[in-house]
Amino acid sequence: MSKYETVIGLEVHVELSTKSKIFCGCSASFGAPPNTQTCPICLGHPGVLPVLNKEAVNFAIMASMALNCEIAEQSKFDRKNYFYPDCPKAYQISQYDKPIGENGWIEIEVNGETKRIGITRVHLEEDAGKLTHMDHGEGSLVDFNRVGVPLIEIVSEPDMRSPEEAKAYLEKLKSIIQYTGVSDVKMEEGSLRCDANISLRSVGQAEFGTKTEMKNLNSFRNVERSLQYEVKRQAEVLDSGERVIQQSMRWLEAEGKTKLMRSKEEAHDYRYFPEPDLVDLYIDEEWKAEIRAQIPELPDARKKRYMEAYGLTAYDATVLTNVKPVAEFFEQTLAEKVDAKLTANWISSGILGYLNAEGKEIEEIVTLPKHLAQMIQLIQTGTISTKIAKKVLSMMLATGKDPKQIVKEEGLIQISDEGQLKEEVQKVLAAHPQSIEDIKNGKDRALGFLVGQIMKATKGKANPQLVNKLIRDEIGL
Amino acid sequence: MSIQKEDVYKVAALARLKLSEQEAIQYTNQLNDILQFAEKLNELDTTDVKPTSHVIPVSNVMRTDEVKTSLSQERALFNAPDQQDGFVKVPPVFEEE
Repeated sequence: MSKYETVIGLEVHVELSTKSKIFCGCSASFGAPPNTQTCPICLGHPGVLPVLNKEAVNFAIMASMALNCEIAEQSKFDRKNYFYPDCPKAYQISQYDKPIGENGWIEIEVNGETKRIGITRVHLEEDAGKLTHMDHGEGSLVDFNRVGVPLIEIVSEPDMRSPEEAKAYLEKLKSIIQYTGVSDVKMEEGSLRCDANISLRSVGQAEFGTKTEMKNLNSFRNVERSLQYEVKRQAEVLDSGERVIQQSMRWLEAEGKTKLMRSKEEAHDYRYFPEPDLVDLYIDEEWKAEIRAQIPELPDARKKRYMEAYGLTAYDATVLTNVKPVAEFFEQTLAEKVDAKLTANWISSGILGYLNAEGKEIEEIVTLPKHLAQMIQLIQTGTISTKIAKKVLSMMLATGKDPKQIVKEEGLIQISDEGQLKEEVQKVLAAHPQSIEDIKNGKDRALGFLVGQIMKATKGKANPQLVNKLIRDEIGL
Repeated sequence: MSIQKEDVYKVAALARLKLSEQEAIQYTNQLNDILQFAEKLNELDTTDVKPTSHVIPVSNVMRTDEVKTSLSQERALFNAPDQQDGFVKVPPVFEEE
């Protein structure tokens, strides 16, 4: 056991999937050519007035509710002042003391234990532009398309005690937000971004140690790895009798270490003040009820439903419900009237295994739910063996072909013809007299060996149950 | 409450302004005059007045989520001192060393 306890809190920014920006009518879509989605309002020209996008507020309320927050009766916007080329107005419109949501929580599961992580606040703000740094310090290139895209910032309590818990929290948060549909939560496109605060303290100590802030962790793996690195680094600093210095760090993925960030802005002094261009926001019971009624089934509820309705294990139900499109794939497969447990197994081990290995998302696969259902039906009717099915599935995933076509083209139909198999069985038995003796002496393993030999001889196409029976018949068991 | 010369220097630094000693003294005096004027508000009895961040009695002004036409790239970049490949080009921003 380490003599230090790790304390982690996360700040997560999520871009909301509104059509237009938060304070103007420019498109909020991702991927357009640079500086083609701007106007005098988001570019911060003098004399313009922001007008709040109601859908952005709806989405922020829905996310806050899904994260079990209390919704503010009265909320307002504030200016956060800073100079940086990504921010044309030299201030960001954010929320300081009256966020949309406060005092929420979500539950995570680590090592089979459920733990509640507090959510301090959820506030609404505008995104900044995107900077690309040129090589050799030649300059920086700015794209203002992202300026003014609505964001929610979700601040957790410092409730996580390991990098593993931080990762689990982030995964759960992503899952919940994805289910609500208020964001597409794609880390690789920057619609989900994470900063982490981390400190160590002696076990048993009540007050927190000095924290460092890790900026812009752009993948789940990087969140976990950078926190693991920082735990070790801070422990070494403390072990050597020195003090951790409060500072911002950047995770260098290629080098696998954190590095001190030196910002041009000296001590951050954002001089927040109420945004004079926007009026107060009152969220009444009627508005809240309207949003609450629109919240779809969330991952925990769906997990519970899968366990109760389909008899799935907690593990399988979690794996299937974590990512919403995976759950949808599962349900679309079930709609073809196939066994739920078999489907769950083929999705979690077959399809998710493939996605993991290929680094793909389920939306990218070419296999249709109904094709998976057909493949499961082929197993259930005895047309193909489970072993062959694995081969068929990997071909389905690679080509998008339907399983019947693959089975036909590749000649993978299971041999269930006794006459044909009997011949193979006799050949194999003749070659392995010792195994026959072993079986007669009660060694089941020898039987398995012989079945294996026959499967090999038939390139996996023999019906294993039938082979088993034929061997027993031949030896006279 | 009064403003010290150090406060003026700090605010100037945050606003990226470089002040001479004379300017700093001048602004310190001016800012103190303004604050003193605003102090008059303290004479009012506000016991029964609710705090507000606005003086206008309007709330919940919002628009529907509709996309409007944006500026062309050319127009958007018209005032940029320097540009490259459709981006605004700015002096290097060194975040880390």
